[in-house]
Amino acid sequence: MNKVDVIVVGAGPAGIACAITIARSGKKVVLIERGSFAGSKNVFGGAIYTQPTKEIFPDFETSAPLERKNTEHKFVILGEYDSTTISYKNKLSESYTVIRAKFDRWMADEAKKAGVYLVEKTVVRELLTENDRVIGVKTELEDYYSNIVVLADGVNSLLAKQIGLRKDIEPKDVALSVKEVIKINNINERFNLKEGEGCIHQIFGGAMLSMLGLGFMYTNKETVTIGLGVTLSELVERGIRPYELLEDLKHHPTLEPLLKDGVLEEYSAHLIPEGGYKKMPKLYADGVMIAGDAAMLVNNLHWEGTNLAMISGKLAGETALEALDLNDFSENVLKNYEQKLKNSFVLKDLMTYKDLISIASKKSDAFFDYYLRKVNSFFKMFTSTDSVPKRTKYREFIKSFFKERKFSLFSDIWNMLKLIWSILK
Amino acid sequence: MTIENKLYTLKYNPDTVSHLTPDIKQCKKCKNKPCTYVCPANVYEWDSEHENLVVNFENCLECGACRIVCEKKSLKWEYPKGTKGVTFKLG
Repeated sequence: MNKVDVIVVGAGPAGIACAITIARSGKKVVLIERGSFAGSKNVFGGAIYTQPTKEIFPDFETSAPLERKNTEHKFVILGEYDSTTISYKNKLSESYTVIRAKFDRWMADEAKKAGVYLVEKTVVRELLTENDRVIGVKTELEDYYSNIVVLADGVNSLLAKQIGLRKDIEPKDVALSVKEVIKINNINERFNLKEGEGCIHQIFGGAMLSMLGLGFMYTNKETVTIGLGVTLSELVERGIRPYELLEDLKHHPTLEPLLKDGVLEEYSAHLIPEGGYKKMPKLYADGVMIAGDAAMLVNNLHWEGTNLAMISGKLAGETALEALDLNDFSENVLKNYEQKLKNSFVLKDLMTYKDLISIASKKSDAFFDYYLRKVNSFFKMFTSTDSVPKRTKYREFIKSFFKERKFSLFSDIWNMLKLIWSILK
Repeated sequence: MTIENKLYTLKYNPDTVSHLTPDIKQCKKCKNKPCTYVCPANVYEWDSEHENLVVNFENCLECGACRIVCEKKSLKWEYPKGTKGVTFKLG
């Protein structure tokens, strides 16, 4: 019988962080990945974060395959034809762009060096249980047994569903993201970057006006990644094809020149967990824990996912080590995993934003449409030189809120205050 | 750019059997058929003449959206076998 201390399902950032934490303490851990290699099924926006990555891989900046060090963060508000951009630039970087097929593979190689037994090209079809306790996994080829199984099998986590740790995902709890990686010859000149430096665009409005959705653009070494994510329920209700929305976004007059004459290298798509704190599954049960996207650990406002995955994987790994020391793999010990997450930024941040999605989706006509347009119309008014006296323009602008929003204005302000209160209280 | 041209950029190792199995009886009753427009790889097409859901599973990006949007919850969805399906080189 194949029995090890811990089986980890899924070689993404959560699974690898978990497996390497366990292997570094000399315990026997198997990491099972369904793709041909770690990273081959993985898609994300574009950046990994320096500090949390260092917690798992202290020297990654000198040894991992990185694309560019992000030194500029641009917030771009697109109207139908105009746009307003705020840019924050700082040569001290918080993040790097990476290509997952290269970066995840590098992380998995590091895990192998630490003693993790990596099994690739293998799909875990179901969890093996005995008296409601998880005792192993069933793959296409053979069964593996362990004291603990950690589920890091991604947003769809059919395994968490199989054992009842969560219900099925609803279309409003995930965003469908599509992205394109486009080869461009003169990235430094086009994006005003020094060698090795990169910039991130967070894109609001444009093709996604009035939808609960955002766009993103990242610079890699020789390619640019552009994509968007829209809540799945919005696509269903409006009958929208996601790739057509991305075509519209790419052709916005503010973005089009940046991508001109680019050649598409790869198109991809992925789901992003958006449900937040309220939609998290139960994170543990007898013999099992859940980490990363499988546990819905995404901070959608700050675009954080890989960092929450890595840290949750690490904490699941530390909890597994404690359980192995105690030789007790029941809920009683594994519940410490949830406590560790609660003590860390992972669940603290998810709790901070627990009302964000429900308020944002209720008021998407305001915050994802009207006020985005209003930012642009303010600057249009401010920059126009048309012999209308300035005071008249200001007054008209302020009056326009009452005229256009009418009674909604009060509920907009109320919901904004409610949101701010829910974040700060 | 058409979706066909976008999909040409991907590396696939398709299986001979589909990992996506709709229950056609339920599809016939489904009014909205969201899978036919939400899928980012345009895997599903409704053939109204033969009342059949055509599943171009070879193009699947394995995102899982179709399973979640299926109104009748009647789509059997599983991951392709270990060596099969899409490989992202630039994910």
